[in-house]
Amino acid sequence: MADRKIKIHVQNLKKSFGKLEVLKDMSIDIFEGEVVVVIGPSGSGKSTFLRCLNQLEVATAGSIIIDGKNITDKNTDINKVRENIGMVFQHFNLFPHKTVLENIMLAPAELKIMTKADAKEKGRQLLKRVGLDSKADAYPSQLSGGQKQRVAIARSLAMNPDIMLFDEPTSALDPEMVGEVLAVMKKLAADGMTMVVVTHEIGFAKEVADRIVFMDDGAIVEQGSPQEIIMNPKEARTIDFLNKVL
Amino acid sequence: MIAIIQTYGSMLIQALGKTLLLTLLSLFFAMIIGMIFSLMNVGKNRLLNFIGTAYVDAVRGVPLIVLTYFIYFGVPTGIQMMGASDFRMPALVAGTIALSMNCGAYMAEIIRAGIESVDKGQMEASRSLGLNYGKSMRLVVLPQAIRTMIPSIINQFIITLKDTSILSVIGLAELTNMGKTISGNTFKSLEAWAIIGVMYMIVIITLSKIAKRVERSANRGR
Repeated sequence: MADRKIKIHVQNLKKSFGKLEVLKDMSIDIFEGEVVVVIGPSGSGKSTFLRCLNQLEVATAGSIIIDGKNITDKNTDINKVRENIGMVFQHFNLFPHKTVLENIMLAPAELKIMTKADAKEKGRQLLKRVGLDSKADAYPSQLSGGQKQRVAIARSLAMNPDIMLFDEPTSALDPEMVGEVLAVMKKLAADGMTMVVVTHEIGFAKEVADRIVFMDDGAIVEQGSPQEIIMNPKEARTIDFLNKVL
Repeated sequence: MIAIIQTYGSMLIQALGKTLLLTLLSLFFAMIIGMIFSLMNVGKNRLLNFIGTAYVDAVRGVPLIVLTYFIYFGVPTGIQMMGASDFRMPALVAGTIALSMNCGAYMAEIIRAGIESVDKGQMEASRSLGLNYGKSMRLVVLPQAIRTMIPSIINQFIITLKDTSILSVIGLAELTNMGKTISGNTFKSLEAWAIIGVMYMIVIITLSKIAKRVERSANRGR
């Protein structure tokens, strides 16, 4: 992987909430087009790490360099950076007062990335891509959990990001809806999107991840290919965690 | 009763008009004041938080009648002492300022509570798309907050209308003051105050009926 371009360079990242140190000196490089799946017990800091990558959580120390731009720098226009990083949340966070199509159009039209008509067209294309073109005029409350999450993915794709962050995208779903969301994510991965996914879906990690990162207690314990981490974990904590979830 | 209405009818209508004018002006400014101070309160800037809280605490901590006297008598005296010796403040202006400040403080709390009732994930999702704080607030958070705020705003609307009666103490010729005038001139207190009471009631019930309709239509389709 040495010749691949580094997309996200995280150096000595620390994050504290008051006295509680959630991330303790994390460093990692994520390559262009790579799918990195972050696993670990709850409270291990994996969601916080993900949320630092678009500065929804402001880093306490360290630097995060995306496409050569230090996003922890106060002078960086974080809104511009975020246009390029899509994020999908555990609880979807669709805008309930807007229709599905309006949800998707909002950012590109409002930020003048495209005209309203183009944003609409793009929205319809994205809905087709996630298999929900018939739901364009529905309100989020009329959708199932799996549909909501697919709309949320379409919404974050509307800005044409080249990085996608997923924060436990299937954890709030009924079991029978997990598959449809994972299928959309797999397609994205196959299209070459750089993805960082926090999830408990070990099966998905095994199948789609280029690399699995196991975190515990605010630090990376072990990382490697799915083969290495899931089949041959070396660290006791990784073995212990996998025994519990598999 | 009939005699009173015959003699004072047009004056009563005028007084009612003044009551409504005071209410509408005050509500208009209160909305602006409320929006400004609530946004100060929900943001992360400590200084603005402090200013927002201080305003709400100060105004809510003073009875409206005291605030009215302070603005009508106190403030002009202060300005005169600073050199503008011919400064006068019309009662309508003083009344509107006092009522707007008072209502604005309550409005700030209503708006703050409304904004805070919106799930934090809404702001985060909007920010994650690259929209800045102001746009996220305006396009995503506030439209949802307003929905939960409507019943409280209607309530405040009615309270403000009734509070205009307090402004009779500075001689504004609104409805309550007209009651004083009529009962003083005719010695028919029972009839005079019954008429005034009924006039308030009619206006308030009408307004709350309209408001209920607005509330229903705002909630439609969800």
